[in-house]
Amino acid sequence: MRRRLFLFPLLLLVLAGGIAHGQSQLRFCLGAEPKTLNPLLVADEPSETVRYLTGGVLVRLNRMTQQLEPALATSWKVGGNGSAIRFTLRPNVRFSDGTPFSAEDVAYTVERLMDPALHSPTGDSFRSSDGKVRTQIVGESQITIVFPAPIVGLDKLFDQVAILSAHSPQKEMAVLGPYYVAENKAGSYLLLKRNPNYWKHDAAGRQLPYIDSVRLDIQQNRDIEMLRLARGEIDFINSLNADYYDKLAAQAPHMAFDAGVSFDSEQMWFNQVPGSPLPGYKKAWFTSTNFRRAISMAINREDLARVVFRGHARPAVSWVSPANKFWFNARLQPHPFDQNAALELLARDGFRMKNGVLRDRDGHAVEFSVMTNAGNKARERMAAMIQQDLAGIGVRLNVVTLDFPSLIERITRSFNYEACLLGLVNDDLDPNAQMNVWLSSSENHQWNPSQKTPATAWETQIDALMRSQAATMDVNKRKQAIDKVQEIVWREEPFIYLVNKNALSAVSANLRNVHPVSLRPQVYWNIDQLVLGTEVARSR
Amino acid sequence: MKRVRLAAILFLIVVAAGCLLADVAAPASYAHQFRDLPDAAPSRQHLLGTDDLGRDRFSRLLYGTRVSLLLAPAAALLASVLAAVIGGAAGFLGGWLESAVMASTDLFLSLPWLFLLITVRALLPLNVSPLASVTITFALLGCLGWAGAARVICADARRLCGSDMVLLARASGASGFRLLWRHIVPNLKPVLAAQFWISVPVFVLTEANLGILGLGVAEPLPSWGSLLRELESFSAFSAQPWQLAPLVLLVLTVSCFHLVFKKQELWT
Amino acid sequence: MRKLGKLAARLLLVLGLGGFLGATLVRLAPGFGVDEEELDSRLSEGSMRALRQSNAASGSLAGFYIHYLSRLAHGDLGESQALNEPVRQLLAERFPETLKSVVLGLALGWAAGLSLAMLAVMSRMGVVDLAASLLASVLLCIPAAVLALLFVVAQAPGRLVLGLIVFPKIFHYARNLLAQSAALPHVLTARAKGLGSVRVLLRHILPVAAPQLLALAGVSVSLAFATAIPVEVLCDLPGIGQLAWKAALGRDLALLVNLTMIVTLVTLTANSAAELAAQPPRGGQA
Repeated sequence: MRRRLFLFPLLLLVLAGGIAHGQSQLRFCLGAEPKTLNPLLVADEPSETVRYLTGGVLVRLNRMTQQLEPALATSWKVGGNGSAIRFTLRPNVRFSDGTPFSAEDVAYTVERLMDPALHSPTGDSFRSSDGKVRTQIVGESQITIVFPAPIVGLDKLFDQVAILSAHSPQKEMAVLGPYYVAENKAGSYLLLKRNPNYWKHDAAGRQLPYIDSVRLDIQQNRDIEMLRLARGEIDFINSLNADYYDKLAAQAPHMAFDAGVSFDSEQMWFNQVPGSPLPGYKKAWFTSTNFRRAISMAINREDLARVVFRGHARPAVSWVSPANKFWFNARLQPHPFDQNAALELLARDGFRMKNGVLRDRDGHAVEFSVMTNAGNKARERMAAMIQQDLAGIGVRLNVVTLDFPSLIERITRSFNYEACLLGLVNDDLDPNAQMNVWLSSSENHQWNPSQKTPATAWETQIDALMRSQAATMDVNKRKQAIDKVQEIVWREEPFIYLVNKNALSAVSANLRNVHPVSLRPQVYWNIDQLVLGTEVARSR
Repeated sequence: MKRVRLAAILFLIVVAAGCLLADVAAPASYAHQFRDLPDAAPSRQHLLGTDDLGRDRFSRLLYGTRVSLLLAPAAALLASVLAAVIGGAAGFLGGWLESAVMASTDLFLSLPWLFLLITVRALLPLNVSPLASVTITFALLGCLGWAGAARVICADARRLCGSDMVLLARASGASGFRLLWRHIVPNLKPVLAAQFWISVPVFVLTEANLGILGLGVAEPLPSWGSLLRELESFSAFSAQPWQLAPLVLLVLTVSCFHLVFKKQELWT
Repeated sequence: MRKLGKLAARLLLVLGLGGFLGATLVRLAPGFGVDEEELDSRLSEGSMRALRQSNAASGSLAGFYIHYLSRLAHGDLGESQALNEPVRQLLAERFPETLKSVVLGLALGWAAGLSLAMLAVMSRMGVVDLAASLLASVLLCIPAAVLALLFVVAQAPGRLVLGLIVFPKIFHYARNLLAQSAALPHVLTARAKGLGSVRVLLRHILPVAAPQLLALAGVSVSLAFATAIPVEVLCDLPGIGQLAWKAALGRDLALLVNLTMIVTLVTLTANSAAELAAQPPRGGQA
């Protein structure tokens, strides 16, 4: 009896040790707390991270090959000239809580997603016109979704749609992705645990993901994030700035990854809103193409890329990044840095240099401010460098850093600003995703939003071209239209594109099967196949 | 101690001379970017190296000293004067007025002044010059930084009102403003001095942090605060210890001022 | 009792005023009612309109405040727009964290500041005063962000940073107050009569400086709360300081009003307690 009593706790210990030994945990940081765990309402990056890790999607865009792959749908077909899509669903799949997955769940998700009262940003990507979205379920495993109008790149958009359960009592917490949210300590961390019912298996038949849990620590400070990586407290940093990249590359080159040019860009634009509270002569400057092009040519983009981004960026050309190989207009080159040519352009509009100060034809000294969001060191440095560049053509630039809400208020409500320096975060390969930036009637047409009729002939042209590319499924015709839009933008410079940054990341040597790419999420895009060093040891 | 005080005076003279003669002493303009030499180590050409945009650190330190050395003490003086007037008057007058003033002080300490500063920035023209921007910032700090000290000064003034010295002064016919100005305020100097010496470095650092609201010094004008903000990247200054120069200068300058004026603080 | 009653009335009045003025500052500041989601180019016109409407202030400021007070009477503190959680829950989760930091920070700051101040005043060696002043000056001049980073690097508890920020302020005030008291004639007499330094300090210097030190204690509480904001943000401590920063960036009116009232309450309580403690006993001398 005594021996049994002695053996029982020993057995427990061994079991606990065995379990503890088998538990692998991936750790990385989120820059802020996720605003929502409802996958249909995701709009910020931390929420998107949670969605990517927990949400099961019908099709998955392979971030490396940039090709669409089957996920919860084994096959799909786009029909009806791009207004309908039929999915054949994978059988025998269950949600994380055991609830069976079927076409009903897809129908339910689409209905919720497209509910106009929900105002889902993901749902808005599918909204090409008014009208109801219909779903037709055929048997247990086929569903056709019919939209009121054709949608370009329809199938790729489903990469962002996490399927919800129509029947689970856990509602959106029941998931089909590799992990589910097990713990959420507000302001501190989220703990995700492996989905015991995850549908994916590796070639050897082993259920994925390999890593048992993921811990997402809320960490705003980038310095502390770096320290934690150095100490081995976290396993990777998804997006690294150039300063840290260089330091890491010098100390531990095997940990630093440069996946090449990203899809993001940094740009500057002038306020061209006619009703803005700017003086008339400044409005005249900013609405002049010659003025904008001259400013553009007076900025040394090579220096920006070399000094601010330590060479991990390249001069930008267009709103489509060169990383987007198909859609980028490769005929376009960055505007050259040529201050003499800039002055010649300005002279055409009556600007003259007098005692080192550039003046317009009415004698006003050319002085304006550029605002950017405070706390973003790269943008503050770029603004300081642009300030020096423009001093070379006699322009006085005042750099104003503002907190983000104040900045947004100026560019969307009061229009009380002169120039703005911000970045574009681009997660979508298809340029149609930026429709609302290029349509002159749109609120996101930053330099002059919500126009009743286009203010200029070139904006009329852009409107027509963007609408035409959205109305055809012919990829070559779309490419022609998008190329033309890029040419117009390059010529007219409503946005002065500065640089495209590289996608830099840091990965611990302990993490295997990592292939950082330039499309988000750069490091953990293949989360279910990542392996921690301990896992390798165990599987051997 | 005499020698130490003398050394402090000499140091202050050197610092003052350096920043007044910055136009002559600085090897380069504080704004000029030597873009081929970002983050350079100290050399003959750049005594303290260059910053991340290739600007000469030594030049920026000289000009930054000029800005901060002039404006931070002025703001600290403003805060101290406000604290003396408000706290001193409240403690001297006593009664319901003291309670009202102290309640207002507590309220003042609790309000989110961040939003007032944001509003001030919104009211300023976008093209305000860097010097005007930093002057306005320090003026605001001076106007907002008095509340804590006012409470302590009020308690001190209250104590003094009940002291034998003031009783004797009243008996001699002193009253009202004369009593306050001649007998109470001079005895508040130690607290006012403490307030002043604390405020100078605090305002220098706060000015830099207000950059996040669009206040503070604007590019390319440097200040001690903006130079000290570079230290917030630990990995930067651990590899480049010369970045600590502004911190060392600030500490030494504040300490030297304190040393030079210390004796006069304590005695009426 | 009458005094306590008066204090309570004053507290309630100032608290109410604090909440209202705080709400006014937030509401009138630029950036109120905007959301960075507005820059999301995927949003349709309808969604954009709905987003703006949901963020826009509904009704007047006075109306908001009256509604807030009536909800407060039922224990409902409203909902945080920035974090999509009830304010009450957020405060209940985070206030203990800040309280721990503030108590620890104040204890450390006062222990170090007052001890060094006493040492500086009582020591006959000027070098002690000089060294202590230098230490305080160094800590005053180091940005909070740098201190916090150094603590993270050293893997020391971030809460202690608060103590290092509070200490130099306590030291400078306490040193000057004690030095002023030490220069009074009765202290000279006590010394001349052969009393020991400790006795002179405890019996003749500290009691004279006590009212001012108590006032300083009250002020240091609000200082510690104000300092908690950058320290919690930098060290990622999930307290109300971090919450206040997020609320400020998001212009979260409900959260900011509640936080203002909490800070006002703490400040008033600390300062009122200090005032009460500094009152001389009945029949005693000032």
